[in-house]
Amino acid sequence: MTFDAATIGMLKLGVWETLFMTFTSSFFAYLIGIPLGIILIVMDKDGIYPVPWLQKILGLIINLLRSVPFIILLIMVMPITKIIAGTTLGARAVIPPLVIASAPYVARVVESSFKEVDAGVIEAAKSMGASAMQIILKVLLPEARPSLLVGAALSVTTILAYSAMSGFVGGGGLGDIAIKYGYYRYQTVMMFITVAILVIIVQVIQEVGMKLSRMSDKRIK
Amino acid sequence: MQSEEPIIQLVGLGKEFFTSSGPIKALDDINLSIERGEIFGIIGLSGAGKSTLVRCINYLEVPTSGDVLFENQSLAAMSSRKQRLARQSMGMIFQQFNLLAQRNVLQNVCFPLEIANVPKKEAVKRAMELLELVGLKERSKAYPSQLSGGQKQRVAIARALATNPKILLCDEATSALDPNTTKSILGLLKEINKNMGVTVVVITHEMTVIEAICDRVAIIDQSHIAEVGCVADIFSEPKSKIGRQLILGDAAEQAIRFGSNRRIRISFDGRSSFEPVLSNMILACKVPVNIMHAETRDIGGTAMGQMVIQLPEEEIDQTRVLNYLKTAKINFEEVKDYDL
Ligand SMILES: Nc1ncnc2c1ncn2[C@@H]1O[C@H](COP(=O)(O)OP(=O)(O)O)[C@@H](O)[C@H]1O
Ligand SMILES: [Mg+2]
Repeated sequence: MTFDAATIGMLKLGVWETLFMTFTSSFFAYLIGIPLGIILIVMDKDGIYPVPWLQKILGLIINLLRSVPFIILLIMVMPITKIIAGTTLGARAVIPPLVIASAPYVARVVESSFKEVDAGVIEAAKSMGASAMQIILKVLLPEARPSLLVGAALSVTTILAYSAMSGFVGGGGLGDIAIKYGYYRYQTVMMFITVAILVIIVQVIQEVGMKLSRMSDKRIK
Repeated sequence: MQSEEPIIQLVGLGKEFFTSSGPIKALDDINLSIERGEIFGIIGLSGAGKSTLVRCINYLEVPTSGDVLFENQSLAAMSSRKQRLARQSMGMIFQQFNLLAQRNVLQNVCFPLEIANVPKKEAVKRAMELLELVGLKERSKAYPSQLSGGQKQRVAIARALATNPKILLCDEATSALDPNTTKSILGLLKEINKNMGVTVVVITHEMTVIEAICDRVAIIDQSHIAEVGCVADIFSEPKSKIGRQLILGDAAEQAIRFGSNRRIRISFDGRSSFEPVLSNMILACKVPVNIMHAETRDIGGTAMGQMVIQLPEEEIDQTRVLNYLKTAKINFEEVKDYDL
């Protein structure tokens, strides 16, 4: 194996595809996951707008989706993928299953961040006559911000790991390269290189997330 | 002021919590009137139902029976929107301050004004006035984590006053503070009551807090109101067992150690003092008595005192002492072991 321009070009494309899949999916997963997380916390029987039956059903669906292995989900949702992405092959085809798989995960991560918000502060807002919507927008979201950012680093890196399985639908990305060259063609070096790049990307995302969280947290003196 | 109707009336108020281990009656048939402009204390041991009671006043907790009248308006009859509006006329402060950790001091005080849709400029102006009132104007850009407990409570007070409430509810507002800070916060509450005419409801488990600022007090015990009255009256002559326990405190326990003799408690108000009463009695009855506990406290500017004495062994001597106290028109009552 030689490191010619073609190999480097392929790795570059792999990095780009991985980042594209990860961040696009993360964006949509959060678009769906944040409202779901808010519903989970707000409509809980002790929440600020209790609708326990709806909250329970939603919790059940979320747990169901989370227990399906990603690779199975990838195949199961192919008809939906076809409608949304217009294809069942390539990087675009990985995004719908990635979003479907990670939105429930994001919902739980977001829910746990909201759970950390001091109940006393919510009580204080209520005592001032705040509505449920005002509490969500002015108390829950801003007070949970540092924790939400830590959660985002966790979610994005998890989605990155899922995206590595995209090779099965020819989705591209670093995971695809690792499997093609390392597993099917026994090019171990290539596999290690792609894995090393993945490790670096995960590290960077994790560090940036933690740093943003620390910087935004006013509880730190 | 006396002729005006009460600002808050609790009518047959009850609250039951339904838990997995069965129902808990936190409040039972509470009837109370809080007068406009007074500082009203509610004292009781932990778990008595104080927090539940105060949370029912602004309907953070919905009572399971009875009603709350705020300026003669039934909170139960209001829509939840109306209830939220009513809450803007009732400020509340807490033991743990409950400031928004991600907002600075100024933004915290502006918070209730944002909720009430007050324009930003006006809100900031009002907030700065209040911060000046509580002595924290120069800390407006600080975050709660950079403040001491006392400072946090001052911010919380400023925040609670932002919407110009008519009543301020304080749930154990000084219980997390040291004695000196407690004193200054209580002073601030008294000042707010006097200068701004805000009715103050003080929830506490400490008698010293009641003594320091309250006009009237209700003693709550095991979900019931044990007694209500002027602080001076209740302090000099607590009628309920729990009242004696809270007021006498340690002395009650000490007295037990002195054996099974009969004991009486003598109360004084500003007109008399310990020495003459006791020495006159000893001279008149020619019997020795054992003083087991004596104290005076300053309540609303009058010296209130009480003393527990052990009666002499002989029954004739005992009768003599009791007769002397009766004829001298001195307030006394016998202290029973089971009262202590
Ligand atoms: N949300 C709740 N669910 C169940 N029980 C409660 C709840 N809130 C209070 N209680 C119970 O009601 C009683 C009174 O509590 P509380 O009003 O907090 O007392 P205090 O403030 O005087 O210490 C206690 O027995 C407490 O366990
Ligand atoms: Mg309490």
